[in-house]
Amino acid sequence: MIIETLCFYLFAAVTLFSAFMVISSRNPVHSVLFLILAFINSAALFLLLGAEFLAMILIIVYVGAVAVLFLFVVMMLDIDFEEMRRGFLQYLPIGALIGAVLLAELLLVLGTWAVSPEAAEMAAAPTPPVEEVSNTAALGQLLYTHYVYLFQAAGMILLVAMVGAIVLTHRTRKGVKKQNIGEQVRRRRSDAVEIKKVQPGQGI
Amino acid sequence: MEALLLEYLPILIFLGVAIALSLVFVGAAWLIARQNPDPEKLSAYECGFDAFGDSRRQFDVRFYLVSILFIIFDLEVAFLFPWAVALGDIGIFGFWSMVIFLGILTVGFIYEWKKGALEWE
Repeated sequence: MIIETLCFYLFAAVTLFSAFMVISSRNPVHSVLFLILAFINSAALFLLLGAEFLAMILIIVYVGAVAVLFLFVVMMLDIDFEEMRRGFLQYLPIGALIGAVLLAELLLVLGTWAVSPEAAEMAAAPTPPVEEVSNTAALGQLLYTHYVYLFQAAGMILLVAMVGAIVLTHRTRKGVKKQNIGEQVRRRRSDAVEIKKVQPGQGI
Repeated sequence: MEALLLEYLPILIFLGVAIALSLVFVGAAWLIARQNPDPEKLSAYECGFDAFGDSRRQFDVRFYLVSILFIIFDLEVAFLFPWAVALGDIGIFGFWSMVIFLGILTVGFIYEWKKGALEWE
């Protein structure tokens, strides 16, 4: 039990530290690496809560795909970060205003936040204890039947994301020579070779 | 809960050993090794030539498209895991709900195949 508490404080502290470093480090590549550290520590926090599946998905999807995509973009795109920082003081008032509004909203939400006593009964199904049903199975029992509309909506969102990415970035290139294997295999001798009888002393 | 976390104890021990070992290695190199810093030691080494250009240059957007499409199918597979574990409990309705989900994404897959987004050149 004491190890669990110690682990919680360790992972929470590293998460907060790396989240702070994401927005404050000078090198954008370092920012993304700190973001990956924050993701991994959040996965450990999920694990401490017993949400095993979410922890693993966080590692697979966020660390394995999203963070690598960020790293890819940050390392490859032609962005002059010194140029972007130059207007910092000029935009400081409006940035501070937006930050203050967000802070006020957060304080309002957190200050008046209270859990209704009926909320626990209104959940579709209480989380079963981990000893009886594993976390992944508990999710599976709810997600595909009780939340079927939300599940199909997730499918639609993925479809829209796929179509959007293709529409935005794909263009066919002209003048590209392609190999069509089916056409190569279908080719017969009669399509390719023509035999001509050439009379002696005459050209074709 | 305790039993679940006990399964992850080896990972925690591994993490501790890894942190301790890396601290020892970096600390020992910092304390014991002779320090003789030189800017040339940090410069990019490109087969003995001077570096040809900046590493941040424009690159083809198709790399980006491939990784976005990868993430989408990665998420699709992530939805399959709880379904496979709970398939015995959720019955025929849960089965068909996943089949419709896969059908929607297959529409997208056919679209990207026909558009040629999967072909490099």
